[in-house]
Amino acid sequence: MMHRSRHPEIVLPDADRKRELRRRSRRGFLIAGLAAVGGISAYEWITKSAEENEVPWPQRGVLDINGKLAHAYLSDSHLMPTFSADRITYLKPNGDEGLKTPLDLSEWELQVTAGKNAPVIKLQLSDITALPRVEMITRFCCIEGWNAIAWWTGARFSDFTRKFYPAGQQLSSYVYMATPDEEYYVGLDMKSAMHPQTLLAYEYNGKSLTPEHGAPLRLVIPVKYGIKNIKRIGSIQFVNQRPGDYWAEEGYDWFAGL
Amino acid sequence: MPKLTLKHLVAVRWFHWLNFPLLFLMIWSGLLIYWAYPTYYIGTLHFFPKSVFAALNIPSRLAEGMALHFFFMWLFVINGAIYIAYTLISGEWRYLVPRSWSTFRDAWYVVLHDLHLRREVPPQDKYNAAQRVAYTGIVLMGIGSVLTGLAIYKPVQLNWLTALFGGYSMARLIHFALTMGYLVFFVIHVVQVALAGWNNFRSMIIGWEMIDEK
Repeated sequence: MMHRSRHPEIVLPDADRKRELRRRSRRGFLIAGLAAVGGISAYEWITKSAEENEVPWPQRGVLDINGKLAHAYLSDSHLMPTFSADRITYLKPNGDEGLKTPLDLSEWELQVTAGKNAPVIKLQLSDITALPRVEMITRFCCIEGWNAIAWWTGARFSDFTRKFYPAGQQLSSYVYMATPDEEYYVGLDMKSAMHPQTLLAYEYNGKSLTPEHGAPLRLVIPVKYGIKNIKRIGSIQFVNQRPGDYWAEEGYDWFAGL
Repeated sequence: MPKLTLKHLVAVRWFHWLNFPLLFLMIWSGLLIYWAYPTYYIGTLHFFPKSVFAALNIPSRLAEGMALHFFFMWLFVINGAIYIAYTLISGEWRYLVPRSWSTFRDAWYVVLHDLHLRREVPPQDKYNAAQRVAYTGIVLMGIGSVLTGLAIYKPVQLNWLTALFGGYSMARLIHFALTMGYLVFFVIHVVQVALAGWNNFRSMIIGWEMIDEK
């Protein structure tokens, strides 16, 4: 054996050596046992503590810390890659919560509330299409693990906000969006909402949105998982309290940022 | 005369025994996540058949898996990072990294020897050549898992990292393949530990082992 001398050795007569080994074994296995009990107790605490929106609170707390860190790092200059048209793939319309109530497109309007006790502004699709038109071919990432490349056309949420948010008022911290029947709703941090790739989209693959993709107006927010890309938006509220979120209440991360 | 020798330093034993349950939890929660889109296969071997998921009670626990994965990732990364730093600073890395290309040849000879296909075994230090390759490889795999994990966790904020691994889908595939690699490592490791015997296993708990000097 080479280089063994780097590690300590104990040379003892037979009887003493056996006793020494027994002593060290007893100590080592006792510590191992205590560590195992400690580890299992910690695991029990992590996984069995009282739940906060379906997640034991220690884990919910870490999800929120992860979200805060990601929010701090989030930047308008960090972009989802964009692709050429030949890279477009099939996009599975996934999830129909909030789309089950029949909708007459001619009756649709977008209700916008900016601030407490602020009057509700009612907008038509033409108000959105009048904003600068942006086309974008980006990756859409579902929280289930699949992804697709899709071509979206719409108005930047930041352009929308600049146009319809009350001038001179400080921008709120969060945005809440819901379907007209309020069966589906998402909460967004303002930084993600104002990201240059966040669109209020009205076209998918060059055509008006189909019902399953969220006609007449949906959110496309590449800095978030698909669950935040709400379809068939009926109302938008600018708020200062972190708003509720459909999937966050089902045990998912509230931030859900990419 | 036989003597007691300190084989595994106390810090290394803690790193190892913390890493074992942490990596297990990362793999387990990873499977809860992977279930939601289990698309990988080799030929007709599907990862994994529905029956496997059902037997392990994995279906419909995506949210739970994500919450666990993004909790334990911190502990896994912190423990791994301190281990690597400790190994470098203490000089223990000298026993662990392949010394030259011949280490890979020797590792092959060790494998043949262990399979009873070769009589002689190459001379070794604390670890044999196969162990050096395996224990260095597993650390590199760990680094790979963290980096590919980040690439699919934040493909916008860290889009350069995602691109480095060949894009989102490729990064996810590598992340999964590394996980399967851990399972292979685990099986071989446990078999080898069982074959090496109690004195060797005990030294991973208490640090000391009885050596018969010839």
